[in-house]
Amino acid sequence: MRISLFVPCFIDSLYPNVAMSMVRILERLGHTVEVPESQTCCGQPPFNSGYWDEARSVASHQLKAFADADVIVSGSGSCGAMMKVFYPELFHDHPEEAAAKSISSKTWEFSEFLVNKLGVRDLGSKFEGRATFHDGCHGLRELGTKQAPRELLRHVKGLELVEMSEAETCCGFGGTFAVKYPQISTAMAEVKCNAICETKADYVISNDSSCLMQIGGWLDRNIGSVKCLHLAEVLDTP
Amino acid sequence: MSALSSPPKDQFLQDADRTTGDSPRRDAVRKALHNYQSARNRTGATFTDWKAARAAAATIKHEAVNHLDQYLEEFERQFTARGGKVFWASNSQQARDYILNLAKARNVRAIVKSKAMTGEEIHLNEALVAAGFGVVESDLGEFIQQLKGEAPYHFVFPCMHLRRDEISDLFNRELGTAKTDSPEELTMIARRVLRRTYVEADMGISGGNFIVAETGMISITENEGNARLTVGVPKIHVALVGIEKVVPRLADLALLLPMLATAGTGQHLTGYNSMYGGPRQPGENDGPEEFHVVLLDNHRTRLLADPEQRDALHCIRCGACLNVCPIFKNIGGHTYGTTYQGPIGSVITPHFRGLQDWKHLSGASSLCGACTETCPVGIDIHHHLLHNRRNAAAQKPAPGEGLLWKAFAVLMRRPALYKLATKFAPLGSMLHPLIQGTAVDPVIAWTATRDFPEAARKSFRTQFKAHQAAKQQGGVR
Repeated sequence: MRISLFVPCFIDSLYPNVAMSMVRILERLGHTVEVPESQTCCGQPPFNSGYWDEARSVASHQLKAFADADVIVSGSGSCGAMMKVFYPELFHDHPEEAAAKSISSKTWEFSEFLVNKLGVRDLGSKFEGRATFHDGCHGLRELGTKQAPRELLRHVKGLELVEMSEAETCCGFGGTFAVKYPQISTAMAEVKCNAICETKADYVISNDSSCLMQIGGWLDRNIGSVKCLHLAEVLDTP
Repeated sequence: MSALSSPPKDQFLQDADRTTGDSPRRDAVRKALHNYQSARNRTGATFTDWKAARAAAATIKHEAVNHLDQYLEEFERQFTARGGKVFWASNSQQARDYILNLAKARNVRAIVKSKAMTGEEIHLNEALVAAGFGVVESDLGEFIQQLKGEAPYHFVFPCMHLRRDEISDLFNRELGTAKTDSPEELTMIARRVLRRTYVEADMGISGGNFIVAETGMISITENEGNARLTVGVPKIHVALVGIEKVVPRLADLALLLPMLATAGTGQHLTGYNSMYGGPRQPGENDGPEEFHVVLLDNHRTRLLADPEQRDALHCIRCGACLNVCPIFKNIGGHTYGTTYQGPIGSVITPHFRGLQDWKHLSGASSLCGACTETCPVGIDIHHHLLHNRRNAAAQKPAPGEGLLWKAFAVLMRRPALYKLATKFAPLGSMLHPLIQGTAVDPVIAWTATRDFPEAARKSFRTQFKAHQAAKQQGGVR
């Protein structure tokens, strides 16, 4: 299969290994991975801030960048949800509505793509450690992704997966919310990270690097010993 | 309303700073709501199909809200046929005036009130007290909040933020009772005060959980029995009800009452569920002699006029969205500064009290969607927060922010510029410690409490190019 990877800006410059892991995993499965050169941002930051004209302008560029893709896979449930769930609303009654719907129908979150599109559960990965999984809210509630990442992690040899008490509680990132309301965002991170620490896990794994930036940011400042990993990094351990 | 400054936002930020710093209170609220969640999960699981029940409840409310004119008039016909009186109040002033004038005309001396958020909404108690009427809240939580001189913290659990010892101290101070740690004794103290009040009061005021068009009845659901005494004992009764509370048929309550109890408190049904059809009829030996219903619009028709957010009128005020909201759990109910706290309050308050003054509530959300997921009548709560943000920005872009997003869009439409920007990311990371935490730090809002990851030396794009090149070489070889 010819797979077009959507690499959100923060993965591109802060967590390149996440996307490289996705490339290696998909190629090992025998697929061709393309990274459309002209892609930039899905437009979620202005969209969530209420500036839909600007969001549409950014998203319109994204529509063109991925126009000839067969399938689009995103390493962030949040950016994936933007394209899959919010593009049709953003372009409703606009000339590019059809293109937006087409992109929406082709977009997959990484774990859903592996489990429900490719039918892969066991990647032969080995990873020693005790880990807990954080459900990114956009992946969980906009895309309905809950079992796919767990299914994949259950097949990782050596990995002990423990559920935390607040697995479905938001980490408090929320894009610009994190800097517009830092006191609330930080309080939410604290609740989340305390639940992570209660599991005595060495690692917190998520399918969304944006959540991990928030969780890791709080953990590194306050705890230091728990490490954040994207699902793809854990699976990329043949 | 003034749009020059935004005092509600300033107040909100100040209060949020304080409440997020109060860890013991946050822990207590979270623990209480954790218990709620467990009870709700248990009760919810006894529904054969919660999702289908939710869809059915949403359908009932959708039908009612989209035919409000028809069902409200049907209610009025049925209710007045039994001698009840209906007053249509367009706004809070009209509702207050009607109740005040009635109390004056009937020489009312004492008023007992059961829980009604509509009363909070129109500041009824303040108006009654200012006009010289004594009014006592009979719901235990509301009674406590009234004694404390504080608005309800949560529109279903008014004093959930208070510890037992705080309530004991309050009773000791205000009622002169001995301090106690026993919840039963605290309840008995309130009960002794309240029993006297029911007998003395010549007017009772309540809200209404549902009003039934078909039968012209008001449904009140409660756990303490205070509402039935408030309605049943005094000779005059006034129910102050929002117009969105109407449902078409009596049979609709067979679904809505258990849904409300499950979502609201985790109960199958609340302890008491009463239907009131008007004043005492000939041959009946109890009930009020006069029964008035004030149907309150107070900007609900503004929501009705907005097809996108009209479903916010489905709300049955169960409070479930507050109970699961991580924002509510961390900032608490008073921080909102609104009658209706939490996610649903953040959606509707801008419609009721002005978008520019209250848009910050829609901004103060991570859009996690827990509210929408839990709502028993399927309101698209968190997406409406997005809609409020969009409407607010379209009406009046925030200073600077409009420009910022325009610049952002320009950058993101030019891949070459974007790539250049990402090239500078590692340099930014390197230089950032020099200014970290200072006033010129652009990301101080982040770095004050959280570390920021260092930008990678080689972006993914760069690494991917190298990877492709290596693969090609490998292929050639």
